[in-house]
Amino acid sequence: MALEFSAESEKRINEALDEYYNTQAALIPVLYIAQDEFGPVTPEVMDLVAKRLELPRMFVEAVASFYTMYLKKPFGRHHIQVCRTLSCHMAGAQNIVAHIKKKLELEAGGVTPDGKFSLEEVECLAMCGSAPAMIINKTNYENLTIEKVDEILDNLD
Amino acid sequence: MSELVLSKRFNTPDSHLLSTYEADGGYQAARKALDMTPEEVVEEVKKANLRGRGGAGFPAGIKWSFMPKDDGKPHFLCVNADEGEPGTFKDRSLMRFDPHQLLEGIIIGCHAIRAEYSYIYVRGEMWDEKEILWNAIRELRAKNYLGKGIFGTKNNLHIAVCTGAGAYVCGEETAMINSIEGKRGEPRLKPPFPAQVGAFGMPTTVNNVETISNIPHILKNGGEWFASLGVEKDGGTRMYGVSGPVKNPGLFERPQGYNLKKLIFEDAGGMLDGRELKAVIPGGSSCPVLKADEIDIPHNYDSLRDAGSMAGSAGVIVLPEDACAVKAMANLAQFYAHESCGQCTPCREGTHWLNLLIQRIEAGQGKMEDIDQLLQTCKNMMGSTICPLSDAAAMPMEAFVRKFRDEFEEHVRLGRCPRDGRL
Repeated sequence: MALEFSAESEKRINEALDEYYNTQAALIPVLYIAQDEFGPVTPEVMDLVAKRLELPRMFVEAVASFYTMYLKKPFGRHHIQVCRTLSCHMAGAQNIVAHIKKKLELEAGGVTPDGKFSLEEVECLAMCGSAPAMIINKTNYENLTIEKVDEILDNLD
Repeated sequence: MSELVLSKRFNTPDSHLLSTYEADGGYQAARKALDMTPEEVVEEVKKANLRGRGGAGFPAGIKWSFMPKDDGKPHFLCVNADEGEPGTFKDRSLMRFDPHQLLEGIIIGCHAIRAEYSYIYVRGEMWDEKEILWNAIRELRAKNYLGKGIFGTKNNLHIAVCTGAGAYVCGEETAMINSIEGKRGEPRLKPPFPAQVGAFGMPTTVNNVETISNIPHILKNGGEWFASLGVEKDGGTRMYGVSGPVKNPGLFERPQGYNLKKLIFEDAGGMLDGRELKAVIPGGSSCPVLKADEIDIPHNYDSLRDAGSMAGSAGVIVLPEDACAVKAMANLAQFYAHESCGQCTPCREGTHWLNLLIQRIEAGQGKMEDIDQLLQTCKNMMGSTICPLSDAAAMPMEAFVRKFRDEFEEHVRLGRCPRDGRL
């Protein structure tokens, strides 16, 4: 069945079209709206976005493939992104990643079988002064310790 | 303690609200500026010796003066909030704790360059900051501080937040313009410069968040006052970020030209757990590293250039003596290899090969000639690409190899990392 945007997503798309200079400029936010609704930005999602914005399909794919925050593979309900860059590394990011891997039986780039968690090591998140840091979905977590990570993960449903 | 300008309200409750900002004299500078001619505003900013805070340090007033007059085209002010240079975390706080300071700066800047559109390009991961800015914009729209005929003048102004989606290269101004247009964030050839052909083909100025956040203060207190806060040719204060194993990491607003050693050992509390200082990256990961005995210098553009490095974004990364220099640079090499957009061969191939070579050396499988190969590769990467990402990857590598060559050679001789990859 062909995908369709929900009424809520349509509302957000129309708001984006009002804010930006032309339709093309709304593509980047609209790809996020699509990802929020459908999950990974698959070929079917790109079809839908191209159709909705009346942009060439190839154009949508070129943009979606350029940016790393449009996820092309399935991800968990809680997508954990731990910073691996220098300041976080010096503050122990590797131990945080190793702990999450062990705790959730998960590799970087993987999803737990129940679809609850996925893990990714990412580049600098601009929280170097409160390293180590991570983002889960849209929430920042800073000054991480193993205990703090346990508490955060145990409280997600 | 020196005078706080940009971060004065950071600890005020509800510092992000319009009511808080106006109670502290907010938007008076915008009213004042809108009664001046654009040329008068530009002159005031020139007098302030305000240099761009994104990293390149170009004088902001002069940049504004490149914008055409009476060309009949719409003009754009794009604000660069794509903060992604490792070690840098100042713009996040400026948006989070004082969004109206930035927005007032935009209103004044748009008047100066005759722009009716402004886009704040915020990196994708900064979800909270995007929402804070949108809320602040809605507050302004409700009071007709934005829209048509703002503050009872003939000026119209539309401000919107644009979002990045995970690409470091979009911090480069022409890549950012492409991304704002909804395209792949690939840098454009210059010329034409954005002031001639920028966003949507129209004259455009791109300024960093911190640069624009200074503007209301310059209009309120005068360019000469602002210039007097800093050093010659470099006015105002700077949001210095200190990260790494220091007792008190974080943001410190201090005058331009603040002593780098003092910043680390007094303001940031010195080294953690009695560790010794090995080296300092003074302005974000792209700036050549300084050894511990090279940091007793003022931190500003000209002084750091004379020391063979750069002030960059003032994100100071501290490396301890027990950390492996090869591992530190290998961490950054992986970053640049990941972030090259791939348009230019020297950068696409160069960042990749630098990463492979240094990872091999760090793993104890390198050869002596690999070390010279690193330097040769750096040489071929510099000055030969559309944007500075290639140079940004090569410059720190070249400095690490030159200053810590003994450590690189030790890895090859021993066939392992003498510090077991510790950072």
